[in-house]
Amino acid sequence: MSTKHTIAAARFLKNKENEAWHDHTLWMVRTKRDKMSHSLPEWERLRELASEIKLYSNSHLDTLLEEFEKNAIANGAIVHWAKDAEEHNEIVLRILRQHEARNLIKSKSMLTEECHMNEFLMSKGIDVVESDLGERILQLMHLAPSHIVMPAIHIKREQISEMMEREMGTEKGNIDPTYLTHAARKNLREKFLHADVAMTGVNFAVASTGEIVVCTNEGNADMGTSFPKVHIATMGMEKIVPNLEALGVFTRLLARSGTGQPVTSYTSHYRRPPEGQEFHIIIVDNGRSDILAKPDHIRTLNCIRCGECMNTCPVYRRSGGYSYTYFIPGPIGINLGMLRNPEEYSDNVSACSLCLSCSNVCPVKIDLGEQIYRWRQDLDKIGKASKEKKVMSFGMKFLMERPGLFNTALKFAPVVNHLPRFMVYNGLNAWGKGRELPAFAKESFNDMWKKNKVR
Amino acid sequence: MKVGLFIPCYINAVYPEVGVASYKLLKHVGVEVDYPIDQTCCGQPMANAGFEDEAARLALRMEEQFKNYDYVVGPSASCVAFVKENHPHILEKRDHACMNSKKIYDICEFLHDVVRPESLPAVFPHKVSIHNSCHGVRELHLSSPSERNIPYYSKLRDLLSLVKGIEVFEPKRVDECCGFGGMFAIEEPEVSTCMGQDKVRDHMSTGAEYITGADSSCLMHMEGVIKREKLPIKTIHIVQILAAGL
Ligand code: SF4
Repeated sequence: MSTKHTIAAARFLKNKENEAWHDHTLWMVRTKRDKMSHSLPEWERLRELASEIKLYSNSHLDTLLEEFEKNAIANGAIVHWAKDAEEHNEIVLRILRQHEARNLIKSKSMLTEECHMNEFLMSKGIDVVESDLGERILQLMHLAPSHIVMPAIHIKREQISEMMEREMGTEKGNIDPTYLTHAARKNLREKFLHADVAMTGVNFAVASTGEIVVCTNEGNADMGTSFPKVHIATMGMEKIVPNLEALGVFTRLLARSGTGQPVTSYTSHYRRPPEGQEFHIIIVDNGRSDILAKPDHIRTLNCIRCGECMNTCPVYRRSGGYSYTYFIPGPIGINLGMLRNPEEYSDNVSACSLCLSCSNVCPVKIDLGEQIYRWRQDLDKIGKASKEKKVMSFGMKFLMERPGLFNTALKFAPVVNHLPRFMVYNGLNAWGKGRELPAFAKESFNDMWKKNKVR
Repeated sequence: MKVGLFIPCYINAVYPEVGVASYKLLKHVGVEVDYPIDQTCCGQPMANAGFEDEAARLALRMEEQFKNYDYVVGPSASCVAFVKENHPHILEKRDHACMNSKKIYDICEFLHDVVRPESLPAVFPHKVSIHNSCHGVRELHLSSPSERNIPYYSKLRDLLSLVKGIEVFEPKRVDECCGFGGMFAIEEPEVSTCMGQDKVRDHMSTGAEYITGADSSCLMHMEGVIKREKLPIKTIHIVQILAAGL
């Protein structure tokens, strides 16, 4: 009854030392987040507000997005609408071609991952360079992010040193973080200087002013957009917030939740293109409006991609981002994958003990765990329920609906306690992999009660 | 005040002593308590595995069994939470308005919020570490969840403060999951076991001799790890401590 997640998680757990390191590192981020959230007396009120503002915004997309477009155009931006990933990528390519651009420098954007944009542009001869350090490391290693905020969290500095020696000629075996960062900085500086077009993601788009807000810790979005004459900002349409007051609620929550900082080092507002430059904004649907039609899952659109549900998830910490089959891992990824394509991504639904920690950390109050529970109820309908689990559940139901049979079973159950170990602890018994089975009592509570032994 | 004692399937089969302690405790604090005979299961294992509909007849059966009681009280936070949170919508599909969800309590919650005993005769001269179980904390609100910015409270700690001689601790990751999760424990055995091992070690680092809590299912999971690795710590349900000497 193993899912792809189970199998990949087991592989991850083989390297115990690495697993413990991964678990501790992410737990540390959770602890930092707790410190931050506990230092704001109004924390729970902020979460409530954030959740309500998102629910409002996402149910008023028609008016808010149009208001945003109108204001953005008035500011001098060029606004594009993309219904799916393909349209998005074509729009980007068209802009690049109009400017005969060959070099694109970009800051971090999960949306471009979602659209597989880099692969597409590179196949068209564009040199795409990631400027977020973590993303850059992964790009040069040809790897995907394993976390949405700390994309290279699973990579050790020894591996980075090896890669940099190969790609940038750094000293062999030098794993000093300062040395490596300087080298990466020098290498990226060249790319910044020679980029034709800059691309950024969007953390928030403000309807009342037509501006977009980009949050980074490295200032790479600012650096990237400083040299080229063209800036393309790409956003999922749920990034809209009504006004600057609403924005303030989210900027207070984002970094505190995501990394345990009071605020991201750079919170940059882009409103008007400088004289003689172009500022493009692409508003992308790519399945988001379909989510609006699913009341049980509508709250997933609240997500501000802070990453905290991953840090708190006891399963994510112990199985790593690559154990999930959707490009976004952890609790939010399980849900978004199912919304994207339940047949394809149902393997991630097993990666949850229903502890509900995610639902309680989420700054925009998405009921992540509760939604995973609901997805499980749908698996049978789409033919993705595990057969063994189905048989077990049915067997249990059959027994439990027949108290006479259940009581008889309990009478005989203690026999199992005395079976030879090889019969109990074999490959068929998943519980027995690391745990002893509970011993059945000689007499059940029900029997004791009937015999008047409980008093 | 008539209380129907709710004994979930695995307590019935594996931990009858937890049922006995619950009965004695309720009797001692002066409530009229009875055990509706031939109880089986609330349906949680099937539902958490994705087969909620298979819980419907069990939920109906529970409704019937407890219909004449003012309260349903059980020593398993997770099962109680399941009845409270999920029986209503499961039964709605069968055109039945769930009654149990409004009157069901975990036994700690019931003692703490309804009966409010000022003293207990219990003596337990040991160091214990409280296991704050996921559903106890995040569904039944037995203590303040570590994720939330609300003042610290713990109904379990309050109750344990009535016991003489006891020393109470809590693990560093105060309410991290032990990895049981019902069918999760066998569908994701490697992750689940790792979570169990980490949790037991966290409890051990407090110096406690016992892990105690309101959820026998978590205790059963951790007991499995403890016995496999022969670790120097034991598990005990909180009612067994509160009923010590009765
Ligand atoms: S679901 Fe919530 S916690 Fe997870 S990334 Fe999104 S906003 Fe953050």
